Parts: sequence; structure tokens; C-alpha cells
Amino acid sequence: MVKDVIIGAISLIKGMGVTIKAFFSPVVTVQYPRETINITPRFRGHTKLVADPEDPEKTSCIVCGMCERNCPSNSIKVEGEKKEGEKKKTLKRYILNFTTCSHCGLCVETCPVDALAFSADYNPADFKKETFYYDLMLEFEKRKKR
Amino acid sequence: MCDLAAIINIIGKETARLILGLIGVLIVVVVNALVLTWVERKVSGHMQKRIGPKEVGPYGLIQPFADGLKLLGKELLTPANVDKPLYYLAPVIVFIPVLVSFIVIPFDGFLQVKDINVGILVILAFSSLSVLSILIAGWGSNNKYSLIGATRSVAQNIAYEIPLLLSLLPVAFMANSLSLRDIVEVQRQGWFVWRWQFFAFLIYFIAATAETNRTPFDLPEAESELVAGFHTEYSGMRFALFFLAEYTNIFIASAIATTFFLGGYLGPVLPGIVWFFIKTYFLVFVIMWFRWTFPRVRFDQLLNFSWKILIPVAFANLILTGGILKL
Repeated sequence: MVKDVIIGAISLIKGMGVTIKAFFSPVVTVQYPRETINITPRFRGHTKLVADPEDPEKTSCIVCGMCERNCPSNSIKVEGEKKEGEKKKTLKRYILNFTTCSHCGLCVETCPVDALAFSADYNPADFKKETFYYDLMLEFEKRKKR
Repeated sequence: MCDLAAIINIIGKETARLILGLIGVLIVVVVNALVLTWVERKVSGHMQKRIGPKEVGPYGLIQPFADGLKLLGKELLTPANVDKPLYYLAPVIVFIPVLVSFIVIPFDGFLQVKDINVGILVILAFSSLSVLSILIAGWGSNNKYSLIGATRSVAQNIAYEIPLLLSLLPVAFMANSLSLRDIVEVQRQGWFVWRWQFFAFLIYFIAATAETNRTPFDLPEAESELVAGFHTEYSGMRFALFFLAEYTNIFIASAIATTFFLGGYLGPVLPGIVWFFIKTYFLVFVIMWFRWTFPRVRFDQLLNFSWKILIPVAFANLILTGGILKL
């Protein structure tokens, strides 16, 4: 009985030590709209087109259509055109229907030239579903300008 | 000013002092409750590494006022089939012991509404009245959770009132007085916590935590089982009165601990009232600290702890103190 009380008292004091340490340690709350944390590199946002390492002005997409064919939810439409005097096709439009995308990453995995990557865009929100039919080419051009 | 002097002349100095004191007490009660709700939420936040209230005013200091305004503006809902007289009476009764207890607490050497020579008896007698209001509230609410909460509260308060009394008695023995002011003055030679009464202090503090229905003894209002216990059916200002009484009870319990064991308003350099509030609020902080550390005890554990450990130890302490003083 006495032993129980003593052991109990010691454990209670230990517990109080834990909470007072928490009391004096810095808060971990992030005041979300006013401050944000860095997104982890493995975060899966919508896909984005990556610039060609040799020519940062262009994407390295070769319009092979692997992503379009591999997409399990048929969310991708790739349109290319053959410009005069060039050997390869160039990308004209890359439509990603983000409303059906399940972030599986098969497009990123199968791309033979690694032209796709996940973006860190974590908070897309809108009232219209048309907003989420992304044209990744347009988005790429926008990023390039910035 | 002249009018005031005339009024004092008519009603007598003692009555004037009492009236002024009561007004002061009311102010202290309300301000204390406002401060404590804010402190409670801040402490809760930081113990969980959160921030706590911060939006309303600097550091969220205006938050209690916002809450108070909200409660004032709410409808006073009376559920169907309640026992109306009891239901209405409970929030009023809960406030009486709180106000009376404040009268005898010495905030400073001269700052005391009235120094009654049985001061501690007044506090103990009236603080057991708050159980009555809890029982009435639970009974009158026509709600199973309220009733269970109320019955638990009664059992708990009966069990813990005894060690509470027994832990204060040895101090009264040593001070040779029941007046709170005398008890503080005796401690000029040293606080009673360090003068043989450490165990009495521990027992008192545990029992006081139970008396004020705070965690880990918060079975009467165990949220996970009983919604909010006895005040489940109360809304608006009626709920606010229970809330106010709860926080004031915490303050009173801590104030008595300060007076009996920690030398009350005695302390170097700073004025007495500051020392009194520092000590009292430290004890209040400790009670909040308990809340975020200890899980709620089971009901049998609660009663066993009181009857099998606290009461025998308190009795032994009482007999020992009495014997030594007699020698």
C-alpha cells in the first residue's frame, strides 16, 4: 500500500515534468493563412511540365503519348504539332483533367524523357469544375516568364 | 465626498466597510473569473504546444469579454419538464458560498472585509453549500447525465470534505486560532508548509482539487461520459453563473492554501496583496497543470483514495500534531 502510494507519487511528478516541459517549449502551431510551412519534396500536387535541361525555354516533351495511354482515369489529352524544319514533334497543348486525376503518378513514372513532375500546388480551390481542366503548357509558359 | 462622509456617519463605519468590501468582492470575483478563463485557455494551449486565444485583442486578452457578451446575449432556455423552482434556484445558490467565503479571506494585513474569529469555519461551512446547488441543479434538470453528475459530486464532496477539514485543523492547532488573519500573522516565524505541516498541505491541496471538481477528480462533469454533468441543461447567463462559481471556487481553494500554508500576504519587498495574489495564482496554475497531466480517476479509485489513504494520513497527522503541541 505504502509502496503503491510512493511509486504513484513519483510517476505523477514525472508526468508533471513532461507537461511543464511542453508548456515552456515553443508552440508548433502554424497560423495557416498568414504563414505556411514548406511543402515536402515528395508531395504530390498536380503534374507539371519540366523544362528541358539543355534548353530551359522549352519542355522536353516529345509528344509520345505514353502518359495519355497510361493514365488509368483518362485524365490526360496531349496535342502536338510538327513544326517545319524540326525533326521532333513539339507540344501544343497538354490538358490535365484534375477533377478525375488520382495522383497515382503513372504519367510521371512512364514518361521516357522525364518531362513531367509533381508540383507543390497544395491548395487549389474553386467553384467551377472547368477551372481544373489544366493546360499544363500554358502553366509552363507562365512559370517561364516568372 | 461630503455626502459619502454623511452616509457613513448615518449607517456606521462597520456597515460602510462591509458594503464597500462586498462591492470589492464582487469586482474581484468577476475580474478573477475573466482572468482565469483566459489563463486556463492560454495554459491549456501551451501545455499542448498550441497558442491559445490570440485573435481578440492583444494576446487574446479581450476574449473573456467576448465570451461573456456572448453568454449575456444568449437565450435562457428552459427545457421541458424541469423542476422549475429548483432549476431556477440552483445557479443562484451556487453563488452564495462563493461570496461569503471571500469576506474572511485576508488579502493583505488590513485588506479583509471582516475578520471573524471563526473565519475558517465560515469558509468550510459555506463551501459545502455549493454541493447543495450542484445537487439541486442535477435533480431539477430532468436529465440523466445531470443527475448522475450531481450524485457523483455529492459522494465525492462528502468523501473529500473530511480530509480537507482534517488537514486544516492541525494548522489551527499550531496557530491557536480559527481567524485567518491570526493564522497568517503566526506564520511570520515561518510558513506552515515548512513547519511540520507539509503532508497537511499535500492532503489539503488534493482534497481541494477534488472539492472544486477539477481534473483528475472531475467525475461530476466528466465530458466524455456525462456531456457536462450537472450543468448540461443550463444555457446563457445561468451557465455563466456556474462557470463563474467554478473559477471562483478554484481561487478560494488556492487562497485558503496560501493563507494556511504559504504565509498568506507575508513576503519581502513587495506589498502584501501582491504576494498574496502571486502565491494564489501559482497554486491556481498548479491546478491547471494537474488538468493537463493527470487522467481522470475511476470512481472506486476516487473514493478509495480518500477513505483509505487521505483520511487515515490526515488523522495521524492531526493526532501527532496535537500530541506534540500538548507535550
